[in-house]
Amino acid sequence: MKRTTQLFACLSLMAVGLGTAQAEYALNLMKGVTKVSNDIYDLHMLILWICVFIGIAVFGVMFYSIYFHRKSRGHKAAQFHESTKVEIIWTIIPTVILIGMAIPATKTMLELDDTVEADMSIKVTGWQWKWEYEYLDDDIHFFSTLDEASNKARQLGSGIDPATVPHYLLNVDKPLVIPTRKKIRFLFTAADVLHSWWVPDLGWKKDTIPGFINEAWTSVEKPGTYRGQCAELCGKDHGFMPIVVIAMDQPDYDKWVQEQKVAAEAESSAAGREWSKDELISKGETVYANNCASCHMADGEGMPGTFPALAGSPVVTGELDNEVQLVLNGKGMMPAFGQMLNAVDFASVITYTRNALGNNVGDALQPSAVQSALANSQDDDEDDEG
Amino acid sequence: MSAVIAGHDEQHGHGPEKGILRWIVTTNHKDIGTLYLVTALAMFFVGGAMALVIRAELFEPGLQFVEPQFFNSMVTMHALVMVFGAVMPAFVGLANWMIPVMIGAPDMALPRMNNMSFWMLIAGLLMISSTLFMEGGAPAAGWTFYPPLVLQTGNALPFAVFAVHLLGISSIMGAINIIATIFNMRAPGMTLMKMPLFVWTWMITAFLLIAIMPVFAGAVTMLLTDRFFDTSFFDAAGGGDPVLYQHIFWFFGHPEVYVMILPTFGIASTIIPTFARKPLFGYTSMVYATASIAFLSFIVWSHHMFTVGMPVAGELYFMYATMLIAIPTGVKVFNWTATMWKGSMTFEAPMLFCIAFVVLFTMGGFTGLMMAIAPADFQYHDTYFIVAHFHYTLVPASIFILMAATYYWLPKWTGNMYDERLAKLHFWLSAVSVNILFFPQHFLGLAGMPRRIPDYAVQFADWNMISSIGAFIFGFSQLLFLYIVIKTIRGGTGEKVTAEVWEDARKHSLEWTLPSPLPYHTFSTPPTKIPTEHLGGH
Ligand SMILES: [Cu+2]
Repeated sequence: MKRTTQLFACLSLMAVGLGTAQAEYALNLMKGVTKVSNDIYDLHMLILWICVFIGIAVFGVMFYSIYFHRKSRGHKAAQFHESTKVEIIWTIIPTVILIGMAIPATKTMLELDDTVEADMSIKVTGWQWKWEYEYLDDDIHFFSTLDEASNKARQLGSGIDPATVPHYLLNVDKPLVIPTRKKIRFLFTAADVLHSWWVPDLGWKKDTIPGFINEAWTSVEKPGTYRGQCAELCGKDHGFMPIVVIAMDQPDYDKWVQEQKVAAEAESSAAGREWSKDELISKGETVYANNCASCHMADGEGMPGTFPALAGSPVVTGELDNEVQLVLNGKGMMPAFGQMLNAVDFASVITYTRNALGNNVGDALQPSAVQSALANSQDDDEDDEG
Repeated sequence: MSAVIAGHDEQHGHGPEKGILRWIVTTNHKDIGTLYLVTALAMFFVGGAMALVIRAELFEPGLQFVEPQFFNSMVTMHALVMVFGAVMPAFVGLANWMIPVMIGAPDMALPRMNNMSFWMLIAGLLMISSTLFMEGGAPAAGWTFYPPLVLQTGNALPFAVFAVHLLGISSIMGAINIIATIFNMRAPGMTLMKMPLFVWTWMITAFLLIAIMPVFAGAVTMLLTDRFFDTSFFDAAGGGDPVLYQHIFWFFGHPEVYVMILPTFGIASTIIPTFARKPLFGYTSMVYATASIAFLSFIVWSHHMFTVGMPVAGELYFMYATMLIAIPTGVKVFNWTATMWKGSMTFEAPMLFCIAFVVLFTMGGFTGLMMAIAPADFQYHDTYFIVAHFHYTLVPASIFILMAATYYWLPKWTGNMYDERLAKLHFWLSAVSVNILFFPQHFLGLAGMPRRIPDYAVQFADWNMISSIGAFIFGFSQLLFLYIVIKTIRGGTGEKVTAEVWEDARKHSLEWTLPSPLPYHTFSTPPTKIPTEHLGGH
């Protein structure tokens, strides 16, 4: 009901011609924040106006004819049926117009393709259903998934009104941070199926393909937060793997890089110490929600026929090592989480599945015990690509 | 064989078999045409119901009705059912009914194969529908079946692949039959350049089908072996390439969309002159434009893949080649407009649908041209903008023309007149709601909404709601179409139509020289006079 009222309000606003910035955003392509995105916007407007102009001309003639050349007005049919001259004219005019469009389009295309002399490189890997970012010059590496508030609200019958969630479905737990006015080269690949990395404000999208590397580049003019989504159907949660890019001026960016390095050190020392079972279980609950619940469901019941239940599963309630190997290396649709999780997250989520979700095995896995196995599987990953 | 048939008078030829057997064993082109058309109409409602599931879920942000996986299945099955179950069979049905009559032939050249290709279609459709009830659900990777995602399909994958094989064999047999009929069965004097454009466009379509269906069958077979026999055609880990599949698929897929639009052009070129009471403008250029579009359709496929990371030379080539399509397509639109120009037009339902087709298809053509511009497509690709584009070229184009054709020829087939008042109501409901349904999707795509998502950010809410409202009005309006068709078959307005049905129609094409309803056997002896109105003949 509230939506409907808003809808009518919005429609009537537009009807009286109040072209607010908001309405413009919803109707047309955005200009974006890079030179290329602005060039693309200009191309878009150029073709749009050409089409509108041709449309008015053709439909104008047609509707004139429909109005005046009708039998009910007593119009007698002429009997002409061909004219080579006319046919040649209306072949040549569109050809000229097309050439006029192709020239600026070619220029922009060449510009988009020019990935050389970049200031820095970021490798982006698409996963079902999250993004992995690796700063190749800085040793920063993390995953980026849909934020928790959106994830709760988007469950079927959640009862949460999406309008109350800030940036519903367009927010992540850990955004990609880039410096402004630097030429950034992106390298794209995927771990499982095709995805496509798209931030409209940057002006383009690029498919991520398992086993192959694609390239693109950007240089953002002004600091800000820019949001996008996966654009290539990649399975059931295709709609739920957003992208958030935060562009910062260089000093702020440098500070961010420092923070990442400090956090990485803290993480590795945490993996070295002894964890209590309760600590692991409570940490594991969050890890489970972010990484496992979309297939095995929040209650561990799975989806019959597609994703097995964890509650009472022979793997989860059996030998600890079997479960570790399965989660480490993946199997079928189950991704190899050894490449995704750090030691603490890995150990805690295993401990959680064995002692929650209706299971009660009683044992616990220490982060230190999996550190070397994880390092191996992440090295394998690097070797595969080499 | 022709000697046997010629021995009978047209009105007293063999009648149909009695009872249900008539429909199972029939080799009569009119019966088979009817079977195809009824199947297509039924599948149109099945596919439409799936579309309404999609639009109901998208009515508001948040998930209200279905799980994302089922949503993806609906997106996939909606496309498969509409393309292979509704639009293509409907055109084959019209080809069966009209091509022999339009060229003065007694039947299709290969009547038994005709029967077989219909029943293979049914087998294929049953098989693809059965996947809805399988463990793991129906295919959910999009109708394009892109690997690696499609290889994650549950038990449905081999069934979907075999269904594609059956549908492909059925289409190829149908196409062979149409080509054989047109090449061998034309009445004396019916030279190729005197054939009605519907026959011309279908002949070109049939060649497209023969060229592309084996390619699609090959691509899905490679999926099958990748999944079950350890090949790696599309798996980088074994030296394959997932993008290779896309190249093969779109080598099929692009001509495939023209399979659905070329016969549309043919029917529009048949109906518009009748109601403008004027010869078609530029018959010859229409034939050449159709042939050029068909040729170009084979060399533009990668414009569906501008974002996969092709070399820049590839991007530029496919951009230029795609832009070229605008030229012959433009010629067609200009010719239709010139046909109306200085005519003496009346606006019965078939004409109304044709006019809406010319306008709305042209709009779909404009967005197609926009997407041909590769850099701009980096924004448009895989958004609701493309959803709007191809629905404009399919719904108010192919589907509208199928309705125009139904209203145009139904009186000829049944001998009864449809209810013009109801048909006009059906037209206005459809024409208005189809725009409420699809026009806002342009805005959604430009504003950044990707396609094939079950839920969306709140800034997309308003236009999605409007689009869904349009979808429901459009969907339910089609029940009116069903009612009108059934009512006409059962006697219509009670008014018996003349042989000509439409004023001066006999000047345009041979079917109007025969009695209404069309007798079970027609042209057992070939016609002596070939209509040449479309050539400006007198
Ligand atoms: Cu994705």
